[in-house]
Amino acid sequence: MLKGHQTWVFENRPVIIATSAVGGPFESKGALAEDFDILHKDMWLGQDSFEKAEKKLLEEACEIAIKKAGIKKEDVNIFLSGDLLNQIISSSFTARTLAVPYIGLFGACSSSMEGLSVAALLVESKAADCVLAATSSHNAAAEKQFRYPTEYGAQKPPTSQWTVTGAGAAIITRQGEGPRITSATIGRVIDMGISDPFNMGAAMAPAAVDTIQAHFRDLGRDPSYYDFIATGDLGKVGHGITEELLKKHGLNIPPDIFTDCGMIIYKEEQPVLAGASGCGCSATVTYGHLMRRMREGELKKILIAATGALMSPMSYQQKESIPCIAHAVSIEM
Amino acid sequence: MSNKKKKKLTPTQQQYQQFASQREPKRPVFINCVKAFLVGGIISTLGQGLQWMFMTYFGFDKVTASNPTVAVLIILSVLLTGLGVYDHIAQWAGAGTAVPVTGFANTMASAAIEHRSEGYVLGVGGNMFKLSGPVITYGVFFAFVVSLIKIIVKELGGI
Repeated sequence: MLKGHQTWVFENRPVIIATSAVGGPFESKGALAEDFDILHKDMWLGQDSFEKAEKKLLEEACEIAIKKAGIKKEDVNIFLSGDLLNQIISSSFTARTLAVPYIGLFGACSSSMEGLSVAALLVESKAADCVLAATSSHNAAAEKQFRYPTEYGAQKPPTSQWTVTGAGAAIITRQGEGPRITSATIGRVIDMGISDPFNMGAAMAPAAVDTIQAHFRDLGRDPSYYDFIATGDLGKVGHGITEELLKKHGLNIPPDIFTDCGMIIYKEEQPVLAGASGCGCSATVTYGHLMRRMREGELKKILIAATGALMSPMSYQQKESIPCIAHAVSIEM
Repeated sequence: MSNKKKKKLTPTQQQYQQFASQREPKRPVFINCVKAFLVGGIISTLGQGLQWMFMTYFGFDKVTASNPTVAVLIILSVLLTGLGVYDHIAQWAGAGTAVPVTGFANTMASAAIEHRSEGYVLGVGGNMFKLSGPVITYGVFFAFVVSLIKIIVKELGGI
């Protein structure tokens, strides 16, 4: 089970029997639009606030995953979810709708893989037969909470990123058809003293490096074991730094198998500056795009290291630096 | 980064920040200045045109014409904010749209729109000055300081 210092190896290999991805209008113009189950044309999703819209995204993602798995929501033993809004309201309110046992998580944008690793652990240890792991983010709700009003005319620097409006969910069970979770590396909190909320990529890169290194060290593996390795939402700036740092530490990941979810979700011409971010970024890319490629047999072994910035709007106003974390999960077909 | 802030960082952190900052794209300061100059200039020229119009056709004098001029600019800015255009112009124009009175109107309108979902009192009322509040606070405070200095200088027999 525990291997090395911080990696769990799942001998029974829990199965991801169904996944779902829901997105917003900006994602529908993105590069991976076809991998979403639902794409909304309206930022508000017919709701009267952005926060309610995010909750709707998450509810829909859960509903679709349950439907695709061919189960009833009563079959879900535990619902694991996290998001970016204060007191993770999107998750808790969705749990209220689902009315299934619930554990709320907060790992900021790393919530997707945090949820998936805990889900696999629960299934592996027989604490649950069927776990629903989900996460969501909403561009306007996140901007409103962490930065400025959406219509405020502030010029964003080239290092800033675009929060994904989207939600992803996965159903994990002991038996069934689908990609299997083979191991998970739980990250440490790393803080390199960066305090600029418009430069999350550079803030989170060291956390990604630490977790990826720990993963390969704990398992005694070489990067060539995988045919696809992705970080969560580092964007161009953070991903470039991660690549260089890993190389510096003697871990050479071939650039053709190494990318970042925040770099592939949107098209080049979309005005996202350094790339995408948010819980929905790694969640929709993994559960929508990558799971499809795995089911189609295109990818066999993948490693996703979702990164998260564990700050609050108040902490950076008080000039605190941004503590960051990354959790890595390996999924094999 | 200030030296005070740097002192708190460990050597590893400092080393990393140096490493990272070499790999971060920098704000194109010169181009941003040129854009800000252009857009800010256009807005100011528009204001000048409006002032001239109010003076020529509506019988205002040079001082009183500034009121309707500012009002028109504010209405335009609020309208563009409400239509969701202003922030896109601002991403291009930077300080060009932030410094003139249009920028001030945008801070208030955007905050009011954003917090409408929390109601008229706690939402719109409580948050409308969220971004423009500091401008008003320090504007009033420094006006007070300057007038105090003026009074003191006058009392001491200065000009």
